[in-house]
Amino acid sequence: MKLKNKDLLGLEYLSKDEIQLILDTAVPFKKLFTRSIKKVPTLRGKTVVLLFYEPSTRTRVSFELAAKRLSADTVNIATASSSVQKGESLIDTGKTLEAMKADFVVIRHSMSGAAHVLARNISSSVINAGDGSHEHPTQGLLDIFTIREKKGKIEGLKVVIVGDITHSRVARSNIWGLTKLGADVTVCGPSTLIPKDIQKTGVNVSYDIDTAIKDADVINVLRIQLERQRENLFPSLREYTLLYGLNQYRIKKARKDVLILHPGPMNRGIEITSDVADSSQAVINEQVTNGIAIRMAVLYLLAGAENKTV
Amino acid sequence: MAKRTIMTEKEISLSIEKISGDILKKNPDLKNLVLIGIVTRGVCLANRLAKEISKKKNINLPVGSLDITFYRDDVDSIARQPLAKETKIPFDLTSKKIILVDDVLFTGRSIRAALDEIMDFARPKSVQLAVLIDRGHRELPIQADFVGKTIKTNYSDQIQVQLKEVDGVDRVTYEVKK
Repeated sequence: MKLKNKDLLGLEYLSKDEIQLILDTAVPFKKLFTRSIKKVPTLRGKTVVLLFYEPSTRTRVSFELAAKRLSADTVNIATASSSVQKGESLIDTGKTLEAMKADFVVIRHSMSGAAHVLARNISSSVINAGDGSHEHPTQGLLDIFTIREKKGKIEGLKVVIVGDITHSRVARSNIWGLTKLGADVTVCGPSTLIPKDIQKTGVNVSYDIDTAIKDADVINVLRIQLERQRENLFPSLREYTLLYGLNQYRIKKARKDVLILHPGPMNRGIEITSDVADSSQAVINEQVTNGIAIRMAVLYLLAGAENKTV
Repeated sequence: MAKRTIMTEKEISLSIEKISGDILKKNPDLKNLVLIGIVTRGVCLANRLAKEISKKKNINLPVGSLDITFYRDDVDSIARQPLAKETKIPFDLTSKKIILVDDVLFTGRSIRAALDEIMDFARPKSVQLAVLIDRGHRELPIQADFVGKTIKTNYSDQIQVQLKEVDGVDRVTYEVKK
């Protein structure tokens, strides 16, 4: 079994089997982390370029550690101090990296579809590390991996995703992946932050968090993007916290074994209170650890993918 | 050409007995001796050797398993990406005398990968190699210390080792491939 495409652009384009293959491959990689030498020589001599047009700490560091633990060489491009500032186009930047024989280009960009544009134009494997409000496939995969590890399965689980669904690439990747694996997904948030036709993707919609989380197995809390408040999509942060913030009172009414995820970075006291974020039901730090294993699995599998030509 | 059986259940168990005897002869001091099998069938053989040695010397040698997937040298040329199983070495390898166990010794590349992985765990005192079958065609300067059976093969021929623990039957077959 192997991946069909040279690129990982989103979970929308992966089959159920391919998603499962990535999850299964991440398991032995995670076991390496308990060894004193956490590095294996699997991708020795390969080059991974990290091309980030948007700020990021955990995703970039996670990809870099994943590549380094596979013995690949990594190059970071901070676009603020690169030729991008001189007006170089995305495709030209990509072609330059291709000419330098980069085997992988990991890209984050504020424009939805940026990773696709790059993937179509260069022969290197392109990994989408977040494109606008479209997808963030490795985050979706690590969330699903964490849920599967804790609950033993995905099929039949009730998963609630709370927050700004419209602008969230994390939500979109989770929805694609979870529904493909047979979970029962509900999105929850203010009506202004939920796309009108979201039901078409096979999810339920709820505007009331207390009803939504009542018998949920998993709650994935999204970060409120503070800049959205300036667009008047919700009246005030205080009101959002009151209506949709996850706190101890709400959790008490949910299942005892409910699993709480957050992709980070957290706005403590806004979408999630500190006592919930630090509770035993929360697996937020484990998500970070699992993220490296998932990204190692993705790099490893793409190195042997079927369709290597553009 | 059809498959023919080159080792029966009886012959395999005799080989295990012979190899364990040879191991004991070469390593009179059993202190610090450990067995490490290469996943999957090497692990079965390592367990059988440990059982045989415990029968003879009344000592239980530690047994570990080694998955060499991440140490292969053909990541982007093999037909499919093998799903790695688990490397399980629940003891410290520093200054240990390791008996590395595999089913078939062929090009020597798996053993090269296994040696690299072992060195990433610790610095053992020594590594000796035990295999059920040596079929020749080495591509690296690697040789076994203990061999169950040596056979002459063509490079493209197929040797298949089947063991009860995995395949439900003890048998080694040989198939000529063009």
